[in-house]
Amino acid sequence: MRLISVYLIGLLFGIGISVSGMSNPAKVINFFDVAGTWDPSLAFVMGGALGVAFFGYRVVLRAPKPRFGAAFLLPTRRDLDGTLIGGSAAFGVGWGISGFCPGGALPVVGTGRAEVLIFAAALMAGILAAKWIMARRASALAKA
Amino acid sequence: MTIETAFTPFASLGGGVLIGLASVLLMATVGRIMGATGIVAGLLQPVDFADWSWRAAMLVGMFSGPWAVFLMQGSLPAIEVPVSRGMLIAGGFIVGLGVTFGSGCTSGHGVCGMARLSPRSIVATGVFMLTAALTVYVVRHVIGG
Repeated sequence: MRLISVYLIGLLFGIGISVSGMSNPAKVINFFDVAGTWDPSLAFVMGGALGVAFFGYRVVLRAPKPRFGAAFLLPTRRDLDGTLIGGSAAFGVGWGISGFCPGGALPVVGTGRAEVLIFAAALMAGILAAKWIMARRASALAKA
Repeated sequence: MTIETAFTPFASLGGGVLIGLASVLLMATVGRIMGATGIVAGLLQPVDFADWSWRAAMLVGMFSGPWAVFLMQGSLPAIEVPVSRGMLIAGGFIVGLGVTFGSGCTSGHGVCGMARLSPRSIVATGVFMLTAALTVYVVRHVIGG
């Protein structure tokens, strides 16, 4: 039941991304190209998703625990640091260069389109490279 | 290269509502934030089978999304790529580094974190939207212009 539910949630996300235009790099880049061929559509994606999540979370998090888990796992950090800001700044640069973000690209990996597979492979290489750097940094700190 | 796209407020709003609904349902069932970055990162470095299996189920569900759209409207969602393969590779690698150090992307920070009014997510979202807009400006109007 747990895995079927999560599969259907992934399906819902995949349909939402496909319909919204987030998996279309031309549309994503045009959203940011205010000085050129501007297409403000993606503001509606963010608005719709945020509106539903804002109210939905408030209802769901009143329950003592999730349906298939022992507890809700929510990030608790509230501090701002250079890693968060630098990482996010880099993410925006990569998003602007390619037109794909991870959530926009993953569902359309299912279409097998070459451009998406190339982006997804580079994305995974980037994630693993960052994890490797973080692990090295942590072990250097542990030794010091 | 520039490809013009049509303004689609209703489809985009509808898609956004489904994305929001998926994040609320994931919280209600497995109790996790729906971040594409976190889901993939957890698949690449598994903790245990129970944790790996929901991520895999979620990813397979995501892959089915475009095909469900194909069944409903008779065509796959448009994927128009106005950039070179080199830019896809460079952009993808930079996105991978950025979302890992930045602990999230558009779904995790932009939707889930902002909905929880997390200060880290609000700042992260502001920063990546700004640098994305600046990058597009530089690529299209400074280098390309």
